[in-house]
Parts: sequence; structure tokens; C-alpha cells
Amino acid sequence: MTTSTEVERRPLAGAAPARPRRRRSGGGYTVFLIPGVLLSLVVIVVPLLMNVGISLTRWQGVGTPEWIGLDNYTRLLDDENFWASFRNIIFLIVAMAVVPTLLGLVLAAVLFDYVGKQVGPRTASAFRSGFYLPQVLPVAVTGIVWGWILNPSFGALNAILTNAGLDALAKNWLGDPAYALYSIMVIMVWFQLGYPVVMFMSGLQRVDPELYEAAAIDGAGWWQRFRRIAVHLIKPEIYVVLVTTTIAALKIFGQIFVLTRGGPGNATLVPSYFAYQNFFEKAQVGYGSAIATVLTVIIVVLAVVFLRIQARGERRDLL
Amino acid sequence: MSARLSRSAVLAVLTLLVIVVLSPFALVALNAVKSPAEYASDGPLSLPDSLYFKGLADFWIRVDFGEKLFNSFVISASVAVLAVVVSIFNAYALGIGRVRGRGAFLVFFLLANLLPQEALAYPLYYLSKEVGLYNTQLVVVIIFTAIQSAFGTYLLSSVYAAFPREMLEAAAIDGAGKWRTLWRVVVPISWSSLSVLFTFFFIWTWNEFFLPLIFLISNDKQTVPVALGVLQGDRMMDATTTSASALLGIVPAIVFFLIFQRTLTRGVMAGAVK
Repeated sequence: MTTSTEVERRPLAGAAPARPRRRRSGGGYTVFLIPGVLLSLVVIVVPLLMNVGISLTRWQGVGTPEWIGLDNYTRLLDDENFWASFRNIIFLIVAMAVVPTLLGLVLAAVLFDYVGKQVGPRTASAFRSGFYLPQVLPVAVTGIVWGWILNPSFGALNAILTNAGLDALAKNWLGDPAYALYSIMVIMVWFQLGYPVVMFMSGLQRVDPELYEAAAIDGAGWWQRFRRIAVHLIKPEIYVVLVTTTIAALKIFGQIFVLTRGGPGNATLVPSYFAYQNFFEKAQVGYGSAIATVLTVIIVVLAVVFLRIQARGERRDLL
Repeated sequence: MSARLSRSAVLAVLTLLVIVVLSPFALVALNAVKSPAEYASDGPLSLPDSLYFKGLADFWIRVDFGEKLFNSFVISASVAVLAVVVSIFNAYALGIGRVRGRGAFLVFFLLANLLPQEALAYPLYYLSKEVGLYNTQLVVVIIFTAIQSAFGTYLLSSVYAAFPREMLEAAAIDGAGKWRTLWRVVVPISWSSLSVLFTFFFIWTWNEFFLPLIFLISNDKQTVPVALGVLQGDRMMDATTTSASALLGIVPAIVFFLIFQRTLTRGVMAGAVK
């Protein structure tokens, strides 16, 4: 890093404005990075490295950590809860990334292409706001809303079912291991759906209407136009949505904490709550750090792969 | 005729879907203003005979909700302002100054924002205890300023990379140094991007749960989501009290949504082109 100081910068800019513009090595700007870089070091880089270090030790949070090498990681491989948490995450990726993306594509296309043109753009955007509303809630609040609706003793859903004479369908939605994960999945679809709808509808605005008309003249039906043209043109948005929602699924914590605390048993356990448990409830800090490190590696790999794909896509667009 | 029929069919299906999506909000609102006795006798779907605000008022007093709103507001507003300022500095150096190693810095900031907070939580918890910042709102503000500004840097750098060079040159000819150019030229011109960032940071910080849960353990320091979240499963929480607590969590979020709606939709699009 090269840093030129205030003193040498000022007179140059004043007296000979042409010169600093010519040598564009960024001299004089580096100083502006200092607060941001310091902050990132203290809050992100150092803790992250500490976390990796702690994951190689046995430590209860007090006293001296005892170096045990990779033992925590080998222990993870034999831990049924660890595998359960990742199995559950796969279900949650389906609920938070795959289903909302597919459903969002169809909804966005119908809203933009059909409702927007046949009924009016205001109707389309009213629907869009409706689907988006759950997204504005704090995650913990979505947990509270659904925790109440699905409560086995006083919840709204069971009360509605009982009133309708469907007692047999009333279940302990979050307390029964047979239903808990599926209940969470439904909640997450509800929560996430608005995000792809909004993203895809804004992407579809780029689609040239003439392209659509030409395809229609060629005899392409609605579904074909949707698949061949719309889906193809909003690929960047689809990538962004898939990656950000997958990462969000990997990080899910708030709803699980409020709704089930990973239970019953490990039916809804997720890596972030599993790490939290080890940090703050079981005082197995080394083990918790190992879980957090594994999660971090997965997320970083995913992000890097995505950046690569995106960079390649941009290059192709330039050609 | 068939076109009209299919039009009504599409609209009917969409309307049904939106009703399903919005029904939890309606259920919460309906039962937050219902007396426990009425809930017990008539169930969750009945319209309340009269508006019953005692549940809401009791819950408000019990958790000192005004204090929680104030805490959330102070933390979110501080983070939003500070993170925007840090993002401006970083993006000025990376987007306009094009300092060496620019690409690496950008990748670093992007990854920093994506990292799971679990990987930072325990060391931050430990360090904050060591320096006496544990259980203070200041530590939450510092942490989220770092996390949010990482995203802001990434986004704003691409905005600043396209900043009109002529304006910078004009400022330089007028004898403005880099510091003056930043505040007199760059910031005013990029004001709309900055307001999008501010909105995002405010709402994201308001919604945060995991780290505030860890760092704010005393009641009087907690934010709205933490205070409401830790109460769930409490014995005191019956049906109408729970829906009252849910309503108190929902209302500020919807108010922000209405206030910031335009900025947000613009921002979601800005996110798409990153």
C-alpha cells in the first residue's frame, strides 16, 4: 500500500492540476480506506481467524484453550446432530431458494406479462406488494407470528380446523418430529416468496416487447415465450436470487430460535443454532467454532463459485 | 369470451394466493384486539365484538415497549449513518481513487458481508468482555457498522466507478483537495444512492436478531426483535397476548416499509445489477 500524505497532495492539486490526473495510481486516496480497513480488521478478520484457531482447541470459554488439532472436526463427522443439521438445511434450501425461485418466476411472469398488460400495471404492483409484505418483517417476528398460529394448545390454525369439524387434521405442528420441519418449510416459503417476485418483475422490464411479439407471430405460445425469452433474459436475477437465498438458508437462525430451538430432538436443528448451543448453552466453544468454520467454508465456496460464474457471464455478454 | 374467462381465472387464483400470504397478518391484527374470553369462546376467526386494547396495553407496559422501540431506533439509526460514512470513504478510494489492489479489496468486502455471523460471534463476545463493551449498545453499533458497510462499499464502489470524471477534474481545477471534492461534489451527486444505502442499513439493523441476542442481555438494552423473541414460550404468553406481541413487532416494520417503499424498490433493482 502506498500512502501519500496530505502535505504533498494539496499543492499538487492546486498548482498543477494536470499532473495528478495523469498518474492514476490512486495515490492520496489510500488514506480514505483506513477507517474501513481498521474496522474490518477488528470486527471481521481477527474474530474470523480467532474462530478458526479456537476450533482447533478444547475450550469452555474460560481458562486456557487446550490444543487438540483436528479432533473437533473428526468428532463432527461422527456427530448425528451435525449431519441432521445439514440434512435439515437441504430441506430449507428447497423451501427458501428452490421453491420461491420457481414459484417467483411463474408469479412474476404472470404479473408482469399478463396482469400488467391485460389489467394494468397498478394491479400488478399491488399484487407484488402483497407478496412482498412478509419480507419486511424481522425474522424473529415471523417466528412469533407463526409460533402463535401453529401453537398446539391455543394456536389459530388448530382452532380453525376444529371449528370446521376437521379435528383430525389438527396437529402439533411444531412439536411433532413428523411435521416440524415441514411446518418450518411452509413458513419459509411464505417468508421468501416476495423477494424473487420483486427481483424478477424488475428484471422482466428489460425484455424487449418486440422480441415477444416476434415470437408470438412465429407461433410460440405463452409458456414457450416465457421459457425461451423471459427466463433466458433474466438469468442474472435468477442467479442472484438463488445464491442469496441459498446463503440465507445456510445462515437461518432467528425463526428456528423462536419457533423450535432445533427440536423436537434434532428434527429442525440447523448449523447456526447448533453452533449457538455449543457456544452459549453447552460451553463447548471449540466444538461450536468448528461448526461455524465448516459453515463459513461452505458459504465462501458457494460465493466464490457464484462470482466466477457471474464474471464469466459478463465477459460473454461483452463479446 | 374465453379470453375474459381466463382473465378472471388468473385474477381469482392470484387473489386467493395473496389472501393466503396476507392471512397471518390479518389473524394477528384480529386477535390482538380481542379479549381472552372472547378468543376462548369464539375462536380466532370471529370479528371482535368490541375493540379490546387492554392486551396490547398490558403487554406494552410489561416489556416496556417504548424503551425497546427507542433502543432499536438509536442502534439502527447510528449504524445507518456510520456505515454510510464508512462506505463513502471506502468507495471513494476504491471506485474513484482506484487504489492498487482494488479488486482484492472488493472481493474481501463482499465476502465479509456474506460470512455467517456465527463465525464471528464467540470471538467478538470474548473480545467485547475483555474491553468492557459486553452488554452495551455501542458494541452492537460497531459490529453492524462493519458488517453493513462491507456491503455498502461493494455496492457504492460500482456506483463511484461510473462517476463523471469531468466533475472531479473541474473540482481539482478549482483547487479543491480530495477531502473537499468528496464532500462538495461526490456526496451531493450520489445522494440518491446514499439514501438507498441508509434505508437498507436501517431496516437490516432493525431486523437483526442473532448478534443483538448475544450482546444485549439486560432487558433495558434490548431491541424490539430480541425483547419479543426471547419471550416466546414464556408461561405468561397466551393466545391474545402472543398476537398482541406479534402485532407490536409487525407495525414498525410495516411503517418503515410504507415510508421507504420507493427507495426500497429502487434498491432491490440496484442489488440486481451488482
